[in-house]
Amino acid sequence: MSELALSVTGLSKSFNIDHRRNGLPRYRTLHDDLLALPRRLLTTFSRNGRSTSEIFWALRDVSFEVKRGEVIGIIGANGAGKSTLLKILNRITEPTTGGADVYGRVGALLEVGTGFHPELTGRENIFLNGAILGMSRAEIRQKFDEIIAFAEIEKFLDTPVKRYSSGMYVRLAFAVAAHLEPEILLIDEVLAVGDAQFQKKSLAKMEEVAAKDGRTVIFVSHSMSTISRLCPRVIWLRGGQVAADGTANDVIQQYSDIASVDQPRVSWPEGISNAGITEIKLMSVGLLDKNCRQTADFDYSEPLSFELTYTVFDPIPFCRIGFMLHALDGSPVFEIYDIDEDTNGGRREPGSYVIRCEVPGDLLKPGRYSLSLNAGMPGIKNLVRLDGVLQFSVHDHALPGAAMNLPRLGVIRPKTRWFRKAL
Amino acid sequence: MTPVAEVDRHLTPTLRIRPTKGWAALNLRELWSYRDLLWILVERNIKVIYKQTALGMTWVALQPLIAAIILAVVFGRVAKLPSDGMPYLLFVFCGLTAWRYFSETAQRSNSSLVNNAQLVSKVYFPRMLIPLSHTFSALVDFAVMLVMLFIFMAVYRVPPTLRLAAIPGFLFLTAMAATGVALWFSALSVKYRDCNYALPFFLQIWMYASAVVYPTSMIVSPRWQTLFALNPVVGFVEGFRWSVLGRSALNPTIFWVTVAMSLFILVSGAFFFRRVERSFADII
Repeated sequence: MSELALSVTGLSKSFNIDHRRNGLPRYRTLHDDLLALPRRLLTTFSRNGRSTSEIFWALRDVSFEVKRGEVIGIIGANGAGKSTLLKILNRITEPTTGGADVYGRVGALLEVGTGFHPELTGRENIFLNGAILGMSRAEIRQKFDEIIAFAEIEKFLDTPVKRYSSGMYVRLAFAVAAHLEPEILLIDEVLAVGDAQFQKKSLAKMEEVAAKDGRTVIFVSHSMSTISRLCPRVIWLRGGQVAADGTANDVIQQYSDIASVDQPRVSWPEGISNAGITEIKLMSVGLLDKNCRQTADFDYSEPLSFELTYTVFDPIPFCRIGFMLHALDGSPVFEIYDIDEDTNGGRREPGSYVIRCEVPGDLLKPGRYSLSLNAGMPGIKNLVRLDGVLQFSVHDHALPGAAMNLPRLGVIRPKTRWFRKAL
Repeated sequence: MTPVAEVDRHLTPTLRIRPTKGWAALNLRELWSYRDLLWILVERNIKVIYKQTALGMTWVALQPLIAAIILAVVFGRVAKLPSDGMPYLLFVFCGLTAWRYFSETAQRSNSSLVNNAQLVSKVYFPRMLIPLSHTFSALVDFAVMLVMLFIFMAVYRVPPTLRLAAIPGFLFLTAMAATGVALWFSALSVKYRDCNYALPFFLQIWMYASAVVYPTSMIVSPRWQTLFALNPVVGFVEGFRWSVLGRSALNPTIFWVTVAMSLFILVSGAFFFRRVERSFADII
């Protein structure tokens, strides 16, 4: 008989979406509410007035149980409710109906570097961040040396973190969080940041945390390779509901079969950005072929373009906006930014813009790909991070050798030139 | 399908997550268990506020000094307002010591939740700690003003009396009311960003309504005085003058009305905050 760590029953969460304020940040002013008051009274009394707001269910009747020591992966497309679920379990937001019983201390790592203050030094931030994540001063002091050794920032301990490189920043943030010792650990897609070597190190740390007896881990990720490596059991959320719950192999197989439908365009009528970011919102992203037609199915030999529209609300001194491409198994293909070619282009003035990035033909290996978006002020803060917003396929209609199309190693298949002569 | 077959169902959960409605308990025990975080937030506030300024902490002393001199020139010299027979500069500085602690606490915590949106939407901790941390960090400014007040007393040769021992008591009352106002406004400004613009004006009017630049003795009718004391800042300012300058008598009605009002503002602010905090992460 094993002990229960977490029991979720009939959990639902709804949000009101207001359709009146298209494209504008959703801050309510007192003025708005006063103006809306008569209409609200009218609709309440008459009940037939069409309300301009709509209820959106981020989670609907989600139930599952987790035993102590289990490591569970949660997968699903964007907007499937993964992050909302973690936020409810971490008490950041409340459920609308249903509930959860938690047996043990919960610790969460929902975003690397939460609570870091740019003006404070690395040392000061370790204490600040540790306390915010729920560690006592004594606990932090006890683990202090371990944390700085893990983060490899000994030399910069007394430098304000605003002068850190983005790599150092992420390393320090992860190091603090990794040394939390809660009984139930909630992790939301944090391993996707940092360089490859540090990713490997943090992944190993996660495995160690998971292996320690009695530690329960709930892990949200878009990377199927990470999920299948860390989590024996996987829950797939679709449209706020549990679509599948079972062994990693089964669920990931079902997910890749059904969930990721190729899609040429996604728009956010109200704009989208990280929580608390008001300077910039992404409005839409699309995939275009060489004739500028929207499609999610490309020919191997032809170029394809990513198109992104965004709105800047406040001037940003320096910011890069770009794309990350992953193969559907989670292996990264490349990461590119709009300022790669023009390093002076980082300043952003208010207004709406469209950027397009053309990827040459004869490059991506035929297969399925997933596009992620990233906008940030390197070393300062991330502004927008959206993983796996679009999926598309590359086909090899005209590819020579298509007839003997055996699986090939690697993520790209560049067009190469071959020479042969008889000796 | 849930692959949990045999589980022990006799344990009691350490945490039950359920939707809540209406008024919530204050949960002071949890607040206490997070005291380490409170101190670190206080430390952060103090360290950050004057970072990368040339004068640094000198601003703490400079701001009230300049404010007091301006008020002394305008209201003492030009308008010739009475000051209970004390030198006007000392009189106004004494009032400012109490007032500025109150207004700085309210002003800094007003936008504190919004400024920490990253934290509020990503980590759980009692949200009350954020505005509360300013109640404590503003004490640094208060201490500096108090030292300056003692210097003024020496310069104007005002002998210290035993009444000085009452200062911590009045400070405590001021802190209670300031925290209450801070809780009301910081919670409101999550939903209504108007508060960021409204509060500075509101505070300015409040200062002139609070007997900082004139003595309460200007209001003669005792009935009006009681009404006047519904504004607790009047009581704080009078209390500070009573303990420092040692001239004016402390009106017991004003005193008790002030105590009651401070308690009321604090308790109502705390309950209001708890009532609306559950939606902070969704709308911030």
